[in-house]
Amino acid sequence: MRIPPKVVHYSVLTFLWAVTLGTVGTLCVIIGWVLVKGLPAITPGFLFSAPEGAGREGGIFPVIVGTLWVILGAVLIATPLGVGTSIFLVEYTRENWVTRVIRFGADCLAGIPSIIFGLFGYVFFVVALGFRWSILSGALTLALMSLPTIIRTSEVALRAVPPQYREVSYALGATRWQMVLRVVIPGSLPGIVTGIVLAMGRSMSETAAVIFTAGTVLPDSVPTSPGDSVRTLAVHFYLLAVEGLSEKNAFGTAAILVLSILVINVGAYTLMHRFLARYR
Amino acid sequence: MNAIIEARGFGVSYGGSAVLRGVDLAIRRNKITAIIGPAGSGKTTFLRCINRLSDLAPGLGVTGGLSLDGRDVYATETDVADLRRRAGMVFAVPIPLPRSVYENVVFGPKLLGVRSRAKLDEIVERTLRAAVLWEEVKDRLNVSGLKLSGGQQQRLCLARTLALEPQVLLLDEPCSGLDPISTAKIEEAMQDLKSSLTVVLVTNNVKQAARASDRTAFFLMGELVEEGPTADIFTSPRDSRTNDYIVGRFG
Amino acid sequence: MKQETAIRLILLGLAMSAVGALAVITTFIMKEGLPVIFRHGLGSFLFGTEWQPNAEPARFGVFAMIVGSAAVTGGALVIGVPVGLGSAIFLSEFAPRRVVTFFKPAIELLAGIPSVVFGFMGMLVLLPFIREHIGGRGASVLAGSIILGIMILPTVIAISVDALRAVPRSYREGSFALGATGWQTTWRVTLPAARAGIVAAVILGMGRAIGETMAVIMVTGNSVQIPRSPLDAVRTLTSNIALEMSYADGEHREALFATGVVLFVIIMCLNTLANAIARVGKRD
Repeated sequence: MRIPPKVVHYSVLTFLWAVTLGTVGTLCVIIGWVLVKGLPAITPGFLFSAPEGAGREGGIFPVIVGTLWVILGAVLIATPLGVGTSIFLVEYTRENWVTRVIRFGADCLAGIPSIIFGLFGYVFFVVALGFRWSILSGALTLALMSLPTIIRTSEVALRAVPPQYREVSYALGATRWQMVLRVVIPGSLPGIVTGIVLAMGRSMSETAAVIFTAGTVLPDSVPTSPGDSVRTLAVHFYLLAVEGLSEKNAFGTAAILVLSILVINVGAYTLMHRFLARYR
Repeated sequence: MNAIIEARGFGVSYGGSAVLRGVDLAIRRNKITAIIGPAGSGKTTFLRCINRLSDLAPGLGVTGGLSLDGRDVYATETDVADLRRRAGMVFAVPIPLPRSVYENVVFGPKLLGVRSRAKLDEIVERTLRAAVLWEEVKDRLNVSGLKLSGGQQQRLCLARTLALEPQVLLLDEPCSGLDPISTAKIEEAMQDLKSSLTVVLVTNNVKQAARASDRTAFFLMGELVEEGPTADIFTSPRDSRTNDYIVGRFG
Repeated sequence: MKQETAIRLILLGLAMSAVGALAVITTFIMKEGLPVIFRHGLGSFLFGTEWQPNAEPARFGVFAMIVGSAAVTGGALVIGVPVGLGSAIFLSEFAPRRVVTFFKPAIELLAGIPSVVFGFMGMLVLLPFIREHIGGRGASVLAGSIILGIMILPTVIAISVDALRAVPRSYREGSFALGATGWQTTWRVTLPAARAGIVAAVILGMGRAIGETMAVIMVTGNSVQIPRSPLDAVRTLTSNIALEMSYADGEHREALFATGVVLFVIIMCLNTLANAIARVGKRD
């Protein structure tokens, strides 16, 4: 007997509802689980004191500071490169073989697994350039990883600026660069910032690429120079987890990671949403 | 010399297909010259060639000569930014930049490096007065240009262009979306301005051309049909096609 | 004018950074990894089943790791593709607008969760569950597949949704006009029209699964063996690198870069394939 199309339609729809709810439910479960188990561990003492006994006791202050350094470094390096790339693509050229090569490079870079970035960062920055395990090596490696995110997001942002604004600036005697600097960049700033914020989120959650470049040494004091070796939050959490040193501190660290990423992503999403709505 | 813009055998093509052919036209100083013609006649293209905004579209090809104040517009040594200041343009749709009224007006002067607050204030007041907008916005120079009404926005765009101190004002159907009162204000501004500059007015509105211009040029299918004093064009055109257009037989 | 030219050149230079980075990365990974492959022979490196870096002479065969990566990736696709594609179809074709505005960012957020957190949850929740209710020691192909299946969801969903949304509305309207139900329209009209993009989504999801490292290390047991059942422990190419990098030196370290070369080549092939398919889809 042939099943009536309406019955098929509603059964499939039920299935689709279920898998989608399952996907979003998984997200909620992960976040909820980490926060419920981890939030109690987060105390001022945990946040603002140095670790003891390889992280079994004490807090994670140097780890937090080290993470911020690495992320900040990565963003400082990747932003001019990525935003410059997108300005070139959108404002300074038409689609041709050069733009295809640039896009190909960015697409490939986006697909490379983080462990490969880790290997590369190790052999290139740590060994060949002699930067050793340091904030600098970690930041450079993460900068390369963040590049595609920043390029793509700022390209979307630049293209959202209405073309008439460019025409008006030219008609008012602006050179191309004056037009970019005074009209296009101010008009797309929130979108560009979104890309940078997303890149910070990715950098923060990254483990494999930083473990061989920024190092794993647990510092007992706050790092002070780009040459210092640091352990980032994600790496610290990984080591606490696999070495079974302290489940409580592992959960605490995980909760800080997840909370930060929650804030970063929600912030980036809201920013981009408002920005795109402005020109619609 | 009496003519400020001179086209000699001027032709334009995009991607090989001709948009303008063999235009010979001299636009006289301190006059308002209206360019009329049906859609697709090439009148806007001609206007955008004078300040080279035509460069923005790909595949542009230019033949013949076009000069502004005796200087070849398409010469390789032309400073395009400077050319666009000498020939200021107002578009059909008002497009204030997303910034304050004040900042819209001083956009051009600031590009030139004018920093003095007193000088900028003077420019803002003078140009907004010239554009018949000063009385309406003098107390809210800091609100966004986007907050003004459509007619006010267009006059803001006019003031912004006047701040460039252009020799020629290129108006591309500037009143097409405006109410009669705003239109009258723009036309009033044009009459006051022609003592100090030349106005080229592209318009779809034949009545506006008859009302507001000193001379009229009629374009049809990429060619200049005729040009002369507005009174002559409207009362005794030499070409029957001009007459057909004016009485509304096509377009 | 001179200034404009200079700015254009500077921007072109910046724009070359991504391609430049790709070139330098490729060069250095190859330079470090290829010699050891040629010394031991490509065949014995790829198809050798013994990985004994400390033996005399050392033996470097990554076949078990290739099988391991393939096994967890295959498993991840079995779990991730139906769920991901189902969610994508739902979000693009059937979901009420309000649901989409909440669910889409949530799925993007899932992509932002650190892989170590997935791995940690796998360790503490999934492994004991498998051990008690299904069997084996817990850490297994199955555990890796489940975790990776979840981790590839954002990739599969985002790209499939884009592909489905790119199908012109008129196609659907034509089908509805002939009296088709919503699902008949999706199945017979929308999905076939978006198939290139969906295939690209699956391939890119596959690339993510193969390249994932930390979460896999934490749940697959990491023993070098060819798995006989989904409950066996395996080691993937990525885990092999991450586990031994911290102490390896000499030829051992080169062999880890060689593992990286294998991984790199696989990923590049997958990405090129996905791009080519997506491009063909756009031309249709």
